[in-house]
Amino acid sequence: MRELGLILDITRVHLMSRLKQSTVAALGVTFGIGMFIILMGFMTGLNSLLDGLILNRVPHVAIFNDIKPSDHQPIDLTQEFTNSLNVVRSIKPRSTKVRIHNATPIIEYLRNDERVRGVSPQSAAKVFYVSGALQINGLANGIDVREEIRLFNFGDYIVEGDPNNLWRDSKGILLGAGVAAKMSLGLGDRIQLGTIDGGLLPLKIVGIYQSGLREVDDIQSFVNIKTAQQLMGEDKNYLTDINVNLWDTDEAVGMAKRISEQFNLTAIDIETANAQFETGSNVRNLITFVVSITLLLVAGFGIYNILNMFIYEKMNDIAILKATGFSGKDVEKIFLSQALIIGLVGGVAGLILGYSVSVIIDHTPFNTAALPTIETYPVNFNPMYYLIALMFALLATFLAGYLPARKAKWIDPVEIIRGQ
Amino acid sequence: MREIIRTERVSKYFTKPVMFQVLRDISLVINAGEFVSIMGKSGCGKSTLLYVLSTMDTEYNGTLYLNGNQLTGRNAGELARVRNEEIGFVFQFHYLLPEFTVLDNVMLPARKLGKKTVSEIRASALEKLQLLGIEDQANKKANMLSGGQKQRVAIARALINEPKIIMGDEPTGNLDSTNSENVFQIFKQLSRNGDLSLLMVTHDEDLARRTDRIIRMEDGQIVS
Repeated sequence: MRELGLILDITRVHLMSRLKQSTVAALGVTFGIGMFIILMGFMTGLNSLLDGLILNRVPHVAIFNDIKPSDHQPIDLTQEFTNSLNVVRSIKPRSTKVRIHNATPIIEYLRNDERVRGVSPQSAAKVFYVSGALQINGLANGIDVREEIRLFNFGDYIVEGDPNNLWRDSKGILLGAGVAAKMSLGLGDRIQLGTIDGGLLPLKIVGIYQSGLREVDDIQSFVNIKTAQQLMGEDKNYLTDINVNLWDTDEAVGMAKRISEQFNLTAIDIETANAQFETGSNVRNLITFVVSITLLLVAGFGIYNILNMFIYEKMNDIAILKATGFSGKDVEKIFLSQALIIGLVGGVAGLILGYSVSVIIDHTPFNTAALPTIETYPVNFNPMYYLIALMFALLATFLAGYLPARKAKWIDPVEIIRGQ
Repeated sequence: MREIIRTERVSKYFTKPVMFQVLRDISLVINAGEFVSIMGKSGCGKSTLLYVLSTMDTEYNGTLYLNGNQLTGRNAGELARVRNEEIGFVFQFHYLLPEFTVLDNVMLPARKLGKKTVSEIRASALEKLQLLGIEDQANKKANMLSGGQKQRVAIARALINEPKIIMGDEPTGNLDSTNSENVFQIFKQLSRNGDLSLLMVTHDEDLARRTDRIIRMEDGQIVS
């Protein structure tokens, strides 16, 4: 312990006597680490925003009744052809309803499963938006708006009005922003929804919905489940989709498989549905890491250079330390600790710099029509990145200091003393 | 009389720029309390011998004993410990650590040894500086001192761990005659009280004559 104190004392005097160069070396680390923090915070913040834009709206397990040809043909039922290769050509799907058969007990069953965070049933209806002479094709989703808000951040996408008005007012509609713009309609206006079989239902606009995806906003609107059932002329058991949110996303795959087997329905889990988002994020994170590490490497070379210079300047000191009883290892420790102190001081300053700039970015206004709920640039303040950055600063400076320090370790004092 | 240093048939070769035998079968004994000077022309190997005796140079044939213990073949860490504890050095060019204060310079070897607390070491360092008449310079940076003062600081540093022997490589070689006489007097005084041995390489015939014994070297051999 006392030995370490002595070595750190020598280190301190060396660093203070070369304050300017030490500072420049530390600044290299500071900028490297600062940039790493800023890049990681900004990039991952933006990534999770963009992913969230889609993934927040995606149920962990989506259950619906897909139209597809039957896997089992009548020929499979006869004993006679069990051992033969049966080929049936041109199989067409049977005409079935898109409704989920026995939806209510399925929902009940799912709500009782403790892995399930919530279940949100939907009934989709194809409609025409009618306002005066204008007619636009669209899709009205019947939803339980309170469950949608709780499970899928639905409220974030309502740019005008209050989504809760939908369950207060059974004749309300949350209209897609694209539709509203095309039809010059606003909050409080009335709109008529035309059904395929010719009916018309007047509704009051209680909110404007904007997902940020144009193709969605141009056709989509939300109504109460009952309203949608009324539009389709169906009873209250008519549900087309059941969206399930789980406590743990990792269970989605297994759950989807079991549901589709148990109820003979199509169940898509979030990972299958959105694999490409994960890939995109990973690649962006990788690029950020590579850029940051390059910055730190450059800082590392700076430290290597300056320590090398230190050691040439300190040849006499090294010789005298060795002559008076300091071992090569002691000398190595002196120079390594100089590198590590530069790394630590520069690294911590870099964390402060990175954090400060991140805070500034986090408060910079960022308004875009595509992202209605975002007012400032998104920044991720995950402490993990700060920890990684500090570890990397120490690792880089250790490596940069190691070679010069090892050189100092092997310096022959006799050669220096003779050389004078 | 007790032996401090003994060498048995020490030889050394330089391989660069050409193969050259710089020390030839040197066998010598230095006793406790003896003040010995080594003289000889430039290139006769006297400094090389001193560095072998100092344990800093380990590439030689033969055997070296310090205080009865064989040092030949010990590893670098052990030899550093021996230098720290049992040998004091004074060089021609002072060799203080320029950014440290005079007091720090004197204290460093003792702090490395770690046998006393820092305050004890400080007290004993001040005592050594006082002995050499430069205690008033204790808190100055080492590079602010004159040549004669620096050399006294170097002697104080050599004394801090109460070594068995002090080795000097032309310790007065870079000083004017007054300072050189002062430093020599200090050495003389040190050898008189206690059983500290001194070994000094020098070019100065007058100074050498005032030591207890002169070892004369020629072409890597002791001639008298």
